[in-house]
Amino acid sequence: MDRNAIIYNDDKLLKKLDGDRNITVEDVLENEMVINMGPQHPATHGVLRLVLRIDGETVTGIVPELGYLHRGYEKMAENMSFLEFIPHTDRLDYTATMCNNVGYVLAVEKLAGIAVPKRAQYIRMIVSELSRIAAHLVAIGTFAMDVGAVTMVMWTFREREKIQNIFDRLAGARFTTSYTRIGGVAGDIDDVATAMTKEVLEEIEPAMVDMDKLLLSNRIFIDRLEGIGILPKEDAIALGITGPNLRASGVEYDIRRANPYLYYDEIDFKIPTFPEGDCLARYFQRGDEVRESVKILKQCLDKIPAGEVIADNPKKVLPHKTEIYSKMEELIHDFMLVSSGINPPVGDIYSAVENPKGELGFYIVSNGTGKPWKLKIHSPSFCNLQALSQLCRGAMISDVIAIIGSLDPVMGEADK
Amino acid sequence: MEPRDIIVDKIKSAFGSSLEETSDFRGDLSLTISKDQLVPAATFLKEDRELQFEMCKDVTAIDWATGKKRFTVVYHIYSFKLNFTLRLKVNIDNNPPSIESVTHIWRGADWYERETFDMYGIEFINHPDLRRIYMPQGFEYYPLRKEFPVMGIPGSLPLPKKAE
Repeated sequence: MDRNAIIYNDDKLLKKLDGDRNITVEDVLENEMVINMGPQHPATHGVLRLVLRIDGETVTGIVPELGYLHRGYEKMAENMSFLEFIPHTDRLDYTATMCNNVGYVLAVEKLAGIAVPKRAQYIRMIVSELSRIAAHLVAIGTFAMDVGAVTMVMWTFREREKIQNIFDRLAGARFTTSYTRIGGVAGDIDDVATAMTKEVLEEIEPAMVDMDKLLLSNRIFIDRLEGIGILPKEDAIALGITGPNLRASGVEYDIRRANPYLYYDEIDFKIPTFPEGDCLARYFQRGDEVRESVKILKQCLDKIPAGEVIADNPKKVLPHKTEIYSKMEELIHDFMLVSSGINPPVGDIYSAVENPKGELGFYIVSNGTGKPWKLKIHSPSFCNLQALSQLCRGAMISDVIAIIGSLDPVMGEADK
Repeated sequence: MEPRDIIVDKIKSAFGSSLEETSDFRGDLSLTISKDQLVPAATFLKEDRELQFEMCKDVTAIDWATGKKRFTVVYHIYSFKLNFTLRLKVNIDNNPPSIESVTHIWRGADWYERETFDMYGIEFINHPDLRRIYMPQGFEYYPLRKEFPVMGIPGSLPLPKKAE
């Protein structure tokens, strides 16, 4: 029986509907309503669910509900070796897979005390920055689409596609890269990949200019973002916001500068900040960060040294496949590493990297065995979403969409 | 003077006997504080003019599965002034596990404490809105405790009824 038939056969319901005919616009505006947005909503960037209390069209309260994409990665990590967890880091912030890979292996290397060759570190910097550009392009494109500029998403995804092709060349996959290994990276960056990267860098700058022209000459875009969702500096710090959202509120804090990992201390780059802290500032912030990443990439390609891409550390680092098949020692080491793990010393470390969304940190507790006793993922999207209820209070319903887009959460990371 | 020396000296002089342990592993400074001194110590770390730990980056817990003090609650706090991430640890016992909330000191700890409650069942006293954050509200278990199986517990999550 279909639903319409039920309604038309129900006399009580029909009477109620008839009785409501004289409902007016004033009734709506004078009554508070509680409405539900998501989890299946195109503008919530995944499965974020919001419960809004609205007075007319003004939002008086908002409660985010998380957990629709909770896969229990922290529980799973406790039951697999350090090596096995690398593919799962792809699924955290799925727009910047390489950054997650790098962040995780850096944490494990800090815990186990593994030194990594300089070339491998430079390759990690290159893929991190490419990934950052790709993630910011998605952020800008979907943000503009959320507020009505649908062309933008085609333009940004066109540019991002070129970066995904580089990842395909390097890692053999466009999204599920799993490119890094404990002690290095899976494969060297070859001439073709270098040439592709150079081509992307040449094309991205004029493309960014075009995108700015498209959006910033559009009055609707500016009007919908300027002065909306202002996050003051003090609140951003108190709420623990990190990444572009913090810098768009005027705090010059970037882990690449504050606590340099890899070889970011050898690279010359600026940390763009904006004092306004509104949605428009967060848009500009991401555009400027793409330009800085282009600068970093150019320097990386110039400075990258020759050498090995994975450490020669038989007790901790997996040997190459050809060596396993031809040498006895390597076969034994491979067997031991895969079956019992790398066995880092007893202790706990916290290691953080600057991801496109903010600070991605791993807190690992080791009890000396091959599996982590505890692995906590500090995900930037999770803490950035905490600002949502403050930003949306007093805003219009349409502003809620703009604010979510400007905060740029990725639920794969927020829900873990 | 290095930031870590300043921090350890200041905490030692202010909370001498409450500082149970100081450890420095791979460059991470970690201070273990007794449970009753957590809020005064946290307030001190935030308010002191030379320290200014303004940002709470993370709150989580460790389940040691055995021992009288079964859980350790771990806080990561950051000072822009010193450019330093400090780890605070508090060992708590298991009957039932509870600790004072730090949300009135660091607002950002709100969701992290909810997450820790959701995953370990540690009650944060005076938390403004202590609800589960990832798991459904009626869920009876605490998934990150060591006795919870990786496979999950059959029947613990109600599935939607099959349509007639």
